[in-house]
Amino acid sequence: MTNNNLNMTRVFYLNVPQIRTLLTIVLAVALALPTFAQEPDIDKGKSLFNMNCAACHKLNKRAVGPALAGVSQKYEKEWLYAWIKNSMAMVKSGDPQAVAIYEEYNKSVMTAFPQLSNEDIDNILAYTDYTPAAPATPAVVATTVVSGTDDTTSTLLLGVLVLVLVVLVVMLFLVTQTLRKIAIANGIEVEASKSKRKPLWEVYINNSFLVFSTVILLLFSSAYFAYGYLMQVGIDQGYSPVQPIHYSHKIHSGDNEIECKYCHSSARVSKHSGIPSLNVCMNCHMNIAEYNGEEDLEKGYTKEFYTNEIKKLYKAVGWDEENQRYTGETQPVKWVRIHNLPDFVYFNHAQHVDVAGIDCQKCHGPVEEMEIMYQHSPLTMGWCIDCHRESNVDLENNEYYEKVHAELSKKYGVEKLTVAQMGGLECGKCHY
Amino acid sequence: MANHKKYWKSTAELDSNNAFVEDLMGREFVEKLPEDAFLGNEQVMNDSKTNRRDFLKYVGFSTAAASLAACEGPVHKSIPYVVQPEEIRPGISNYYATTVADGFDLASILVKTREGRPIKVENNTDIPASYAANARVQASVLSLYDNLRLQGPTQSGSPIGWATLLQLSRQQLDNMQSQGEQLALLTRSYASPSTQHLIDQITSKYDNIKHITYDSVSSSHALDAFAKAYGQRALPTYDFSKAETIVSFDADFLGDWQGGGHAPGYVKTRLPVKKNGKAKMSTHFQFEAIMTLSGAAADKRMPMTAAQQQQVLAAVYVELTNGQATADQATVEMAKIIAKHLRKAGKNGIVITDLPSTEAHRVSLAINEKIGSVVIDTKHTTTTRQGNALEVSQLVEDLNSGAVQGIIMADVNPVYTLAEGEQFAAGLAKAKFSLSFSMKNDETASKAQWVAAIPHYLESWGDVEFKTNHFGLTQPTIRPLFDTKQFQDVLLTWLGKDMTYRDQLRSYWEKNILSGTSWNKALHDGFYVSDSSTNRKRYNDSVADAIGILSTAKQEGYSLHLYTKTGLGDGQQANNPWLQELPDPITRVTWDNYLTISKPDAAALGLWNEIQSDGSLNGGYANITVGSSTLKVPVLIQPGQAKGTVGLAFGYGKQAGLKSEMQVGVNAYTLYNDFSKVQTVSIEAAEGTHEFACTQLQNTLMGREDIVKETTLEIFNTKNRDYYNAVPVVSKNHIETKVTSPEVDIWDQFNRSVGHHFNLSIDLNACTGCGACVVACHAENNVPVVGKREIRKSRDMHWLRIDRYYSSEETFEGDNTTVNEISGLGESLTTFSSLEEPSNNPQVTFQPIMCQHCNHAPCETVCPVAATSHGRQGQNHMAYNRCVGTRYCANNCPYKVRRFNWFLYNNNDEFDFYMNNDLGRMVLNPDVVVRSRGVMEKCSLCIQKTQKTILDAKLVGRDIADGEFQTACSSACSNGAITFGDINDKSSRVSKSLKSDRMYHLLESVGTKPNVQYQVKVRNTETS
Repeated sequence: MTNNNLNMTRVFYLNVPQIRTLLTIVLAVALALPTFAQEPDIDKGKSLFNMNCAACHKLNKRAVGPALAGVSQKYEKEWLYAWIKNSMAMVKSGDPQAVAIYEEYNKSVMTAFPQLSNEDIDNILAYTDYTPAAPATPAVVATTVVSGTDDTTSTLLLGVLVLVLVVLVVMLFLVTQTLRKIAIANGIEVEASKSKRKPLWEVYINNSFLVFSTVILLLFSSAYFAYGYLMQVGIDQGYSPVQPIHYSHKIHSGDNEIECKYCHSSARVSKHSGIPSLNVCMNCHMNIAEYNGEEDLEKGYTKEFYTNEIKKLYKAVGWDEENQRYTGETQPVKWVRIHNLPDFVYFNHAQHVDVAGIDCQKCHGPVEEMEIMYQHSPLTMGWCIDCHRESNVDLENNEYYEKVHAELSKKYGVEKLTVAQMGGLECGKCHY
Repeated sequence: MANHKKYWKSTAELDSNNAFVEDLMGREFVEKLPEDAFLGNEQVMNDSKTNRRDFLKYVGFSTAAASLAACEGPVHKSIPYVVQPEEIRPGISNYYATTVADGFDLASILVKTREGRPIKVENNTDIPASYAANARVQASVLSLYDNLRLQGPTQSGSPIGWATLLQLSRQQLDNMQSQGEQLALLTRSYASPSTQHLIDQITSKYDNIKHITYDSVSSSHALDAFAKAYGQRALPTYDFSKAETIVSFDADFLGDWQGGGHAPGYVKTRLPVKKNGKAKMSTHFQFEAIMTLSGAAADKRMPMTAAQQQQVLAAVYVELTNGQATADQATVEMAKIIAKHLRKAGKNGIVITDLPSTEAHRVSLAINEKIGSVVIDTKHTTTTRQGNALEVSQLVEDLNSGAVQGIIMADVNPVYTLAEGEQFAAGLAKAKFSLSFSMKNDETASKAQWVAAIPHYLESWGDVEFKTNHFGLTQPTIRPLFDTKQFQDVLLTWLGKDMTYRDQLRSYWEKNILSGTSWNKALHDGFYVSDSSTNRKRYNDSVADAIGILSTAKQEGYSLHLYTKTGLGDGQQANNPWLQELPDPITRVTWDNYLTISKPDAAALGLWNEIQSDGSLNGGYANITVGSSTLKVPVLIQPGQAKGTVGLAFGYGKQAGLKSEMQVGVNAYTLYNDFSKVQTVSIEAAEGTHEFACTQLQNTLMGREDIVKETTLEIFNTKNRDYYNAVPVVSKNHIETKVTSPEVDIWDQFNRSVGHHFNLSIDLNACTGCGACVVACHAENNVPVVGKREIRKSRDMHWLRIDRYYSSEETFEGDNTTVNEISGLGESLTTFSSLEEPSNNPQVTFQPIMCQHCNHAPCETVCPVAATSHGRQGQNHMAYNRCVGTRYCANNCPYKVRRFNWFLYNNNDEFDFYMNNDLGRMVLNPDVVVRSRGVMEKCSLCIQKTQKTILDAKLVGRDIADGEFQTACSSACSNGAITFGDINDKSSRVSKSLKSDRMYHLLESVGTKPNVQYQVKVRNTETS
């Protein structure tokens, strides 16, 4: 209970809400812990597991190594200590259990963990034996339903309002009709409103200046809209096609904070950012066979949905999950390309990403929030040029720029140089 | 006053009673329109439910639908690798060192690959320049993507599997051996130690197989002579960089003589670099019949028939050995001059020959031995040409007589390349077993029973011994595109060995060639020099008999000189449109071969050339007869052609295995009797007009000194720059002012001293006109091929052209003098028109011209849409997507370097060249856009390459060293004639050459301030 004591001492420096949260945690931990003091720490075990074991083992599923849930029931504790600390030594010494497991898992060698103490191993085993209580899913559903009503109520309200207005108009019309009928029935002649003035349209027609100016106005405005329409032809801002695999940038780049250039590695060196080859996916997905993160039930993004998408990857790359090996039967994925620059433009990712150090998000938008990838920027020449006019070139620590920088800043009398001042607006820099 | 003139088209109209005219007047069209074909059938018309209104509705609807559909962008699919190979990163080029040896061309090169496909051949700068790529090697990458290549093995024209072919052929071999039937293995010269090893094994396993080597263009005479003199059937090698006096008898050593590769060494001796205020150059005498690249470069060129040359050669030997001359006066005088220069040069002299006479070769070897020449290297010999003329003739006989029952051919096309091609084909038909290893279904393969499809060299393994101890390795740069197998792999199967040729190659090298060096290093370098000792061969020959034969050489009538052109060479790559469209450096004619003839001979024989009003060239035909074969060939009058001789190039007239567009010219091999390049011929004029596609018709400079500047070595050494390379002056306030002065410039000066400022420097002394740069430019910049018809309309698309000029007098200096001495208008008219005619033995100069990237560019100011503009780095940019095709820029360009896309040259059946099929398009450079119809294009100074170099430096954060900036042409030029760099880098070669005394700009008087420099051509005139 040293941990708890420590926390208690800190309580004095915390404010009320913090205390509340802390208390809940402490309470939760205290409840989860068995009653006597020398018991292993599940939390510690979890972090140790994730740090050391998770690369090859899962709790409930066979991966590179066997599933570890309930492993302490299968083997003696002492045997497990020895195995974890140096498994190969046991295999070599001919321990029958050790040899059996070694054979079963394609003779893949388990890393030796001499650094783990018995206590650590106890912690890990406690974690692998621990089964969490079923999560309170109904609560989640309830909240999503509530949040969902917000939108529908507003449309409903609008609909009702429109309906009321329509009813009012109809009623008014009916009222005048009835009044007129009553008047006729009563023999009152309803006077047709005769005005001495000419109708408005005639006045307008006769005023040539007015006609002329409206025509001009109309012409200009239609030209404006026509121009606007034509200018957006071929601009696919917001283009968000359906991809063969529902790949969520939000989960990878947002939730899991994977660096963009981990997958799009060629953006560092090449003109192409590159769509990662499937073997890059498998670096992680060899172990991550199912999705356990947040769900978006409204859109149907359930855990099963995501897990199913991972299966699609396995099918494409030819990964036999059962036996943890590649079958060699591959089906390359035909992604739909989102960012299409015309052929007559030369764009180089390395120049922007590596030399200039621009964040990917600058052009591609908040990718880490995109459940479905879409084209964020218009990718028009004007958009390129605007940025080249505004952006300063980072000239520090690059020997290539040193001389040029000194001379150009003298020429322009500025300290910082924009891309444009470096010649970044010249036609031939991008069109050849 | 009313005009009563009556216009008429024919006299019949004047006759008012002519009923026929009356009838015609009443008709809208002279011929009746075939409307009955679709409107005549009343029944169908009535039954049709589509009336006119419906038709219009459909048209309207489909137009609207099409335009609506056009608004929707196409969906692009991107398919990444499943498992990406480690070495491939999309967008990054990989380079592999490899070796070409196709029996004719030989080079050690780097192959640039993108996403796994080879797209360009580059020179390997780590190895001697003599193994650099020529135009054909530069173009060979396109031959890889030839869609007429064989896609798999065939039996009697129908596809079979490799397993069947291998099994059946092996059975056949075993059967024939057991029955004692003779087999011939006819191959090209491989010069490959590992292949030779395999062939030795196969001939020892099957004792009934005889190996015969043959070269389509033979060096048999040279080989026989060397064998007689030095006891080894091989060719000596040469280092022309050591030469001071070069005497060549009909040997085009700057062209394809003995495999080529001599130009870089030669050029080193031709650069007037001043040391202690005095420059030295080698002296080059060229005796030849046809005008060659070597003749064009020579200081003194003497057009002569082969017989005359043999006499001179003999006389030179006699002169050098102080013997008694028996020849006529002129020959002896000539020989004395040559002997004087050779004596003066001592061991730095060299005599070479390509005369089809073993005696001539023996005498030239004797002379070199006599003067102790260090240029010739008899210690390091080469076996890249091994063809044996006698054995091949014997084979044709044996096939027909039945003495040889079976034949295996590897990488040869004897039906096309043998003079006895027809007899060979007949013999082939008689053979019990015939198997051809071929890349194409060519003339020979289509007649063989079995055809084994072999891969292109870029898909193959291999090795070659360039010369003694100099080895090259060939490695694949792409997986085989088709179901092909290498000849060597098949040999291994026949030998019953369960290994691939690659493994065999490696084990052979590790055992026999690599003394401790790692295989991987050798493969990485692509080139390996072993240090095994070599023995100088003992010279042992007496040439007295040869002298006798040579000095009595005689010629009856006309002699035909067969030669190879820079474009097609021996014709292996005849289906390569880049090479077909490459203008011949001398004649500037594309897509053709022709009979070259001197002007007096043409006049005597009634042969003609004529320039049409649309600027195209037409010519007459001649029937030429050698022995029993007659060919009808178009005639081209060639200045410099020796009287009494005519020339005809090999490599054309192929019919099988190539597209109809490439089936041009006539097959000169049919006249190549006994593998002798000189044949006695009878010529007579024939009916018809031939349409040439010639890219240059203004053949002379007419004394315009500001285009090509020339001077002599003597003047260069003694006078100052203003004498031989004066900057043009203009008058300002009656004061002569240099045009380079800002005083007379109408444009503002920009400060261009910051950042890079690119310049290209072209040394006219170093340019031999070889054309490698032109093809390299094609490959790098996706320059389209337009075809013969369009070239004829002057619509060629070459971004880089090599202009060739002849002098009208004996020398260009003579032209200048003539022009300067003109007085009065009348005289100027007559003199200038006479200057349009080239001399019968003109001086020749080559001038590569590309966009000059003028700092004050005339094109930029006239573009109405600002599609062409100037960059700060000195490049004149061309934004194709902005161009609307007014062509004002081209009209305003004084250098005529802008090219207009009259048509869509890609994906267009009218231009069925490589850009019209998926395979051919694989060669396109993904960094350069493929231009569309209606836009102007031109040289960009390879901005994609300069940008790449800059980016590479930025990524690492370093400065750029001189030599890193390259254009396609500068890196392709192994002679160093084209250098590229940054003039703001004061240590760069171009900034030094900018200050050179020889530097001038093209048409400097126009004031365009180009960024392309030219270096004055200096000629060595001390040739008397």
